[in-house]
Amino acid sequence: MAERFLVEAVNDALHVELERDETVMVMGEDVGRAGGVFRATAGLRDRFGENRCVDTPLAEAGILGGAVGLCMAGWRPVCEMQYDAFSYPCLDQLITHVGRYRWRTGGKMQFPLVVRMPYGGGVRAPELHDDSPEAYYVHTPGVKVAIPSTPADAKGLLAAAIRDPDPVVVLEPKLIYRTARGEVPEGEHVVPLGQARLAREGTDVTLVAYGAMVPVCERAADALGDEASVEILDLRSLRPLDEEALLASAAKTGRVVVVQEAPRTAGFGAEIAAILAEKAILDLRGPVLRVTGFDVPYPYWKIEDHYMPSAERVANAARKLLQF
Amino acid sequence: MAKVASEEHELRRVIDEEREVAGLGEDDLLAVYRSLVLLRTYDERSLVYHRQGRIGTYAIFWNHEAMQAGSVHALADEDWIFPSYRESAIGLLRGMPPSTVLHWWRGHPAGWWDPAEYRVASICVPIGTHVPHAAGLAWGEKLKGNSTVAIAYFGDGATSEGSFHEGANLAAVMQAPLILFCNNNHWAISTPLEAQTRAETLAAKAAGYGMPGVRVDGGDVLAVYEATREAVERAHAGGGPTFIEAVSYRAAPHATADDPSAYIDPDRVAEEKRNECVGRYERYLRRLGILDVGLAEKIKGEALELMRQGIAEAEAEPEPDPELVFDNAYVLPPPNLRDGWDG
Repeated sequence: MAERFLVEAVNDALHVELERDETVMVMGEDVGRAGGVFRATAGLRDRFGENRCVDTPLAEAGILGGAVGLCMAGWRPVCEMQYDAFSYPCLDQLITHVGRYRWRTGGKMQFPLVVRMPYGGGVRAPELHDDSPEAYYVHTPGVKVAIPSTPADAKGLLAAAIRDPDPVVVLEPKLIYRTARGEVPEGEHVVPLGQARLAREGTDVTLVAYGAMVPVCERAADALGDEASVEILDLRSLRPLDEEALLASAAKTGRVVVVQEAPRTAGFGAEIAAILAEKAILDLRGPVLRVTGFDVPYPYWKIEDHYMPSAERVANAARKLLQF
Repeated sequence: MAKVASEEHELRRVIDEEREVAGLGEDDLLAVYRSLVLLRTYDERSLVYHRQGRIGTYAIFWNHEAMQAGSVHALADEDWIFPSYRESAIGLLRGMPPSTVLHWWRGHPAGWWDPAEYRVASICVPIGTHVPHAAGLAWGEKLKGNSTVAIAYFGDGATSEGSFHEGANLAAVMQAPLILFCNNNHWAISTPLEAQTRAETLAAKAAGYGMPGVRVDGGDVLAVYEATREAVERAHAGGGPTFIEAVSYRAAPHATADDPSAYIDPDRVAEEKRNECVGRYERYLRRLGILDVGLAEKIKGEALELMRQGIAEAEAEPEPDPELVFDNAYVLPPPNLRDGWDG
């Protein structure tokens, strides 16, 4: 097994999947000649040609709408949205068509497309390069959502998304694109959607997170040291959601803190809290606490660290819960 | 109100110029007539069914039949059609049973057709958002080495939408074999064309995408046929997309829920009704000696009978299975999809 950075694992997955299935194609802004602004698609154009790694016009709704038609012609398009917040123009297509078209045909047609994008803050970037839009996507019926936090999962979840017969949005934590490094299986590697990963085992409190918040939770657990035995559940996919793993961990520790960098209200953390209230109330020894971003536009980068959930905020939430 | 066409954007006409279209024989001309009558009958009966409470809200396409029939006759069976709601019954020209379309307007899932079966995409309800789909399909077929052409139908209002722009531009950049068919009936519900655009013509917009833009008389089924056939030939020759602006005038309400008396010019509507597209073509065929009263009545009777069968079939359909709420959203549904369901 080779050691790779997370973004290199994405690139590896694309090479393997385009090689495996000649109907898979990559499309997006700057994905071809430049190999993507983060180089996630580097080398694909040379290897597979300009028709399977396509530089499109700068038009996110046109990219995703075009992908719908490509699916009807038998292709499996993998669309790159250059940044999280640049994906908002494609929400029109995602909500009005991508999530509904199979339903609209009575299940006769399939739309096996993937939308992948770098997401999240902490990278000292200009406005609208820092958002965590997962709630918009997961709130769209007909669409699945996966978010890796390790290089191996970045490869495996993207491969699963490409092979899935339904539309899948894959959010890649850009903050750890080139800091998360780990062993990645060579060749075909698939991590099934809907299986959470127990990133750390513990008995006193469960930290539930995904994407770039997983390493934040790991640092929080380290900071807590002997104060508590911390379990960390990396959800890996928000839909399908591994409720079994969530409920098992809640039953084990009785205390759950959910961590997301997206704004607080109606974020995915609220969904986790609601599921625990409905299905695990008798297992809980205290309230489900949320550590989140705030209900404000993502701040300018000189003050972004005050917005992003920190290991300290997560550790404090865990302490509060342990003292409840 | 009417805009003056610039010289290069004169309206193409066949019927009023008493021309004939090369390559169309008597059988072809009668087939076009049958299609016009079928669509007209569907539309007029639908209005009745709506008033009788047998279908829901319905988007009327009266006097749009020439644009739909003329263009579809220029396509091959393997070519793809992307309709807006104004072309809801265009599948009838591909052999779709009227009951399927009636089901759609009755809100019954039996109105979900398989687009691949008829090469007719699902009806696009939001304005213009299907234009990128048609562009993507045409491009995808080209990438596979197929000679399939796609046609996307939309109205004058759709040319203001971002999706129209993004789809048209994508098709042009990829040189996709696409026909952008704009039925310019001068009204987007109550908004007139001059409040929609400052462009001299809608066809003029094509230049901005680097594609040909042509204007035809939308009430002249043969002019529409001829222009579409040229666009198909251009696409087959690798010439990419064509924008066709078919100019007409909406002589009926936008939909059964609309009352145009608040905004429309009644004299202009009356003039359009006198010159409606089915009658124009009928008179043309009679002048050519191809159609007589007896044959016309026979064709209309057949269409009416088809509609009678269609509504009878639609009304005989059992109530849909409640399980259909969940059945088709995913191929592989998430395990908690039915949380909260007591059914």
